[in-house]
Formats: sequence, structure tokens, C-alpha cells
Amino acid sequence: MANDVNKGIAVTTAKLVVVTGLMFAFVFVVMVPLYDVLCDALGINGKTSGERYRVAESSIDESRTVKVVFVASFNEDMPWEFKPNITSVRVHPGEAKAVTYFAKNPEGHDMIAQAIPSVVPSRAAQYFHKTECFCFNQQPLEAGAEADLGLQFIVDRDLPKDINTITLSYTIFDVTNKFENDTAPAAEKASVKQATVQQPNNGET
Amino acid sequence: MGAHGPAKGFTRWLFTTNHKDIGSMYLWFSFAMFLLGGSFAMIIRAELFQPGLQIVEPEFFNQMTTMHGLVMVFGAIMPAFVGLANWMIPMMIGAPDMALPRMNNFSFWILPPAFTLLASTLLMEGGGPNFGWTFYAPLSTTYAPPSVTFFIFGVHIMGASSIMGAINIIATIVNMRAPGMTYMKMPLFVWTWLITAFLLVAVMPVLAGAVTMMLMDIHFGTSFFNAAGGGDPVLFQHVFWFFGHPEVYIIILPGFGVVSQIIPTFSRKPLFGYDSMVYATAAIAFLSFVVWAHHMFTVGMPIAGELFFMYATMLIAVPTAAKVFNWITTMFKGSLTFETPMLFSIAFVFLFTVGGFTGMMLAIAPADFQYHDSYFVVAHFHYTMVAGAIFSMSAAVYYWLPKWTGKMYNETMGKAHFWISFVGFNLTFFPQHFVGLAGMPRRIPDYNLAFADFNMMSSIGAFIYGASQLLFLFNVVRTITHGKPTSDPKVWEGAQGLEWTVATPAPYHTFTTPPDAKDVEKHG
Repeated sequence: MANDVNKGIAVTTAKLVVVTGLMFAFVFVVMVPLYDVLCDALGINGKTSGERYRVAESSIDESRTVKVVFVASFNEDMPWEFKPNITSVRVHPGEAKAVTYFAKNPEGHDMIAQAIPSVVPSRAAQYFHKTECFCFNQQPLEAGAEADLGLQFIVDRDLPKDINTITLSYTIFDVTNKFENDTAPAAEKASVKQATVQQPNNGET
Repeated sequence: MGAHGPAKGFTRWLFTTNHKDIGSMYLWFSFAMFLLGGSFAMIIRAELFQPGLQIVEPEFFNQMTTMHGLVMVFGAIMPAFVGLANWMIPMMIGAPDMALPRMNNFSFWILPPAFTLLASTLLMEGGGPNFGWTFYAPLSTTYAPPSVTFFIFGVHIMGASSIMGAINIIATIVNMRAPGMTYMKMPLFVWTWLITAFLLVAVMPVLAGAVTMMLMDIHFGTSFFNAAGGGDPVLFQHVFWFFGHPEVYIIILPGFGVVSQIIPTFSRKPLFGYDSMVYATAAIAFLSFVVWAHHMFTVGMPIAGELFFMYATMLIAVPTAAKVFNWITTMFKGSLTFETPMLFSIAFVFLFTVGGFTGMMLAIAPADFQYHDSYFVVAHFHYTMVAGAIFSMSAAVYYWLPKWTGKMYNETMGKAHFWISFVGFNLTFFPQHFVGLAGMPRRIPDYNLAFADFNMMSSIGAFIYGASQLLFLFNVVRTITHGKPTSDPKVWEGAQGLEWTVATPAPYHTFTTPPDAKDVEKHG
């Protein structure tokens, strides 16, 4: 009798310890990836895809135009100059368009930045495709250097009819510390990554 | 039988594996934390007594609101109910002790270091946690004071303690019920704790995961909650509230169990609708997992999400209303007497329902945009936490104190404690509904002159409520030292259940041979 009870306690406890472990793992292997998957799939949160968009068909819907507005903002102590070279363009859905942002590192040392995009209204995020974007990579700039950062996008033909204006906002973050521990010297990293800081090739799409 | 008493000296408390000793230690510890968290609240209310900045710096005010919440939730309410579970569950189901007595000792003794660690952050450079008890990233990561690492470690320890306590309670209830004590005969306090313990096992690891991600973001260069690295601060809120919403039911369900024991006793009638009480508790626990985002209506969710979480939240009102209906119907046509535990229980039913109604208002997603982060929210959750958890805890102490000590508490002092608490509590929190609706934000040390009168009332009420807890402490200590001895096993004439069949005061060892529970009827 007493042995049965002890065995039962051991079994119950073992099961509950397993549940505890599973729930801890659940946070990392389910909740975090699921959150990202849902945000991507539903286009909520204004998150645009971090992947380069491959054009499937190239017909242009000339029956309507959409205004795309460009905005730039800075995270906490980001000292760079950062702004769009034109504040808005009008495009037809399906039409590829290239624009540039201007960035300058006024500091006396090399820095690396990361731009994070966000689209308003958030419903439009899944219809806003980037075929080329400086936000796909980190942007290194040597001390005092400046660059035009390229962006090429297509507004999807399936964009809901009631959306006439899309605002694309980039927040620029200083991520220099994240690379502090890299073995490569900063200048070398900058030159390696320089390839991404250039005008998009309009012929590519 | 070889019954022996407790060991002598301080080591008795250090090494004890006795459920009654450990229960007592939990209860005293939680009361100490209640006074500590209460003193933080007094500082908050003193600062808010008048508009403008008088007593503390805004930075310190932020630490007070944060520490008040953390200490009350994790230090006062949760350990108090674990202590009650330790004392009562073995006696209610006819078991000699908890299933895992050594782990029981361990789960208690890691709590004092955890809270010492947490409280010590107030003395550290940069101060203690100042980001609110919900510790939203990036306030708790990028902008946190350096002491946040100690906070994280403290939360890990108290989480481990809660998980061990919960595993112990489930193992006890599942395996150690006396013959004939079927699940559907268990007292409701045991039922509510069984369900609470499952909630704890499910969500405390999620809390541990959330603080672990914070730790990694702060020290190991990950970017779970940092947008610069591809993370998202809103993810933190989802993870936190996936823990946080079941947590609020963890806090209240044992209280539901307590009043379900007390109301039948002083109504001298069996509990109305026992089965529906069990199912309602289970339904509330289940629904608690699918409503978390109602805390985040303003983060910019898609409309479908707002609607889902709004309707799911409103659905919880159904099982909760069934419980309130059952308590009232139990009292209906009963021969009621109004001893102190009954007064606290009736106040619980009344005031918790008020808190439930304001919860319904907050559940309305479009209206929540006005109420969000205002004093209306503060008023709402204090009606559920204080008038819910603390009132039911006070009721439980008065109800079982004679059984624990073999001495009767002073009824006049008990009633005085109740009425002063009741008036003080309502004076504190009822006006906060009004200032909240009028736009006063929470967690801010200063406010518009228009809110001055209501805030002064609130502060006076808080001082009254705080003082009444000292009367409570005095009454309990006085009962232990000078209380009128009683040896009646059934202290209250209407009481039902196995805990009232053992001698008064409860011997150090009870039910070393299991009682026959076949004749036990379904009771509260």
C-alpha cells in the first residue's frame, strides 16, 4: 500500500518535471519563432519581409496610382545624418521603382548601422515588396564618410483598393558594438560590406 | 504509532519536513512580505497625497511602484496561499503530510534569499527595478538599471520555488487522498488548489523563459526584444502576458476555494452547486490561456485579434458569474451568522464582483483605449487582488486559526479589523475609478490639480487600510499568546470536512493512519 503511494508520487512528479521542462522549451522553440512567422505571414506589426523579393509577373496596373511616402528616424543616440533623398513618389501597382536614402557618419570613428523598416498602414506591409534594400544588410561607414543607400520596391497589384498612401519608415540603429568582437579590423569589414552600399541595379529585375 | 513532537530549537524550522511547520513558515514569511510591500504602497500614497513632488524623487517613486507589485504578487499573495495549502490540504484529504516533504522544505527556504536579493537592489547603485512589475522590454533591458540582473536571478529563484510547491501539491492530491475521498468529494479549496497548481506548472516556466531572454539580451548579445537586431519588444509583452494572465487566476482561484469553505459553514447549509463550482474553476483556468492579449489592446493588433481577445475575455464572466451565483444561493435562506471569517467572505463576494464588472469594461477593446494604463486599471485589479486574494486570505486565517493554535481569536478585534479594512479599502480604491476615467495615468508621481481631492481621499484610505493590518497582526499574536483555549475539534458548529475531525489544536502529526472518507459528503 505505502509502496503504491510512493510509486504514484514518483510517477506524478516525474511527469510534472517533464511538463515544466517542456513549457520552458516552449517559450524558445515555439513562441518566439511562431511570433515571427505570424508577423511575416499576416503582415501585422508593419514588418516587411527581410528577404529579397523575386518578381513573378511584371504587368503593371496603370488604372491607379499609390503614393509612397518615405520617413527616417533615429534610435536613441544614433549620431548619423539619415534622410530620404525624395520624400514621396507616385507609383502604379506592379511598377518597379528605385529611390535612395542619404546617410553620413559625422563621427570621428568607423561605425556600422542597421536600418529597420516599418510600413503604415500595417495591412499594406505584405503588399510592399523590396527587390533591393540597404536594410537587408548592415551599413558600414568610415569616419566622416557619406553614401546614398539604395532601395528598389514594387507595390503588389493585389494591394487593397482603399489604400492610397503607404508610408515606409526606416529607423536607423547603431550596431557597431555588435561587431566589436569580430577579429577583422573595422576598415576591412567596411570594405567587404561596401558592395551593399551602392545604387541598385535597375536592370536587375 | 511512535508519534513524536517537533524538534527543539531553531534547527526545527531549518530542517523541518512537517507540512504544518512549513505552512506556518510560509504564512509568516508572506505576512512579512505583505508589510514590506504595504510600506512601499504607503510611500506611493504619501507622495500622491497632494499634487506636485513632495517626498520622493520620481526615480525612487518608479522603484516603489515596481517593488510594491513584485513583492505583493510574488512575496505576499502566492506564498500565503502555498502556506495555506501546506497546512490544510493534507488535513482536508486525510493525508499524513505532503507527498514530497524534503522538497517542501527546500521550496520554502529558497524564498527568503530570493526576496533578500530583490529587496537589496534598492540599495544598489542605480537603484532597484524601476520598470513596473510587468517589466516590459526595453525598459527592463536597454534602459534598465544595472541591478536588473539581481532582479532576474530573484525571479528565477521564486519561480523555481513556486514550481516545486505546485508539483508537491499535485503529487499530494493525486496520490494521497484517504480511501473514499474521490475527486468529486474533495473540498473545493483542494479542487481550486489542484487547478491552480496545474496553472503554475504550465506558466511559471514561461516566466522563467521571459526573464532568461532578458538576461541574454542584456549580457549575451541576443536580440529577442531589440529591434536593431531583428527582435521585437512586443514579443516580450506576448510572452509576459501568456504567463501573466494565468498568473492572476493563480492568485485568485485559491481565494475562491477559501470562501467556498467558509460561506457554507456560516450559512449552515451545504455549498450550492458543488459540481458546477468544480467545472467553473476548470473553465476559468482553461480560458485563462487564450485571453492574454487583452492586456495589450493598444499595441496595434489586427482587428481580428482585438475581437478574439475581447470575446474570449468576456466569456470568462460566464463561469465566474456561476460561482458568484452559487455563493449567494448558498447563503439564501441559510441560518447566517456573521463571525469575522464570514464578514470577510461576504465582502469578498461583493467586492470581487465589483472588480469583475470593471474587468468587463476593460475587456471592451475600443473602450480600453481610454482606460489603458490609467488609474481605472489600478482600481480594477486592486478590487480583485486586495478584496479578492487578501480578503479571502484574512478570512482563511480567522477561520482556521483556532484549529491551528487551539486558541480563539478576539472576535471584537477581528470585526474591528474587518470594518476598518473594508472602509479603508473602498476609500482607497473606489475614487481611483473616477480619476482613472478622467485621465489620470498610473505610475506617475504627480498629477493634474483636478484630481487632488480624490487622491487625498485615496491616500487617507490607504493609511487606514495599512494601519488595520497592524491590528490584524496584533490580534493573531495575541491569540497565540493569550487567546481563550478551545479543544472542540469542530470549532465552528456548521463546519464540515476532515480537518474538523482531528483534535484542536491540530496535533503535530495527523492522519498517520488514513481516515475512512467514505461517509464524507460533498461539502464546500
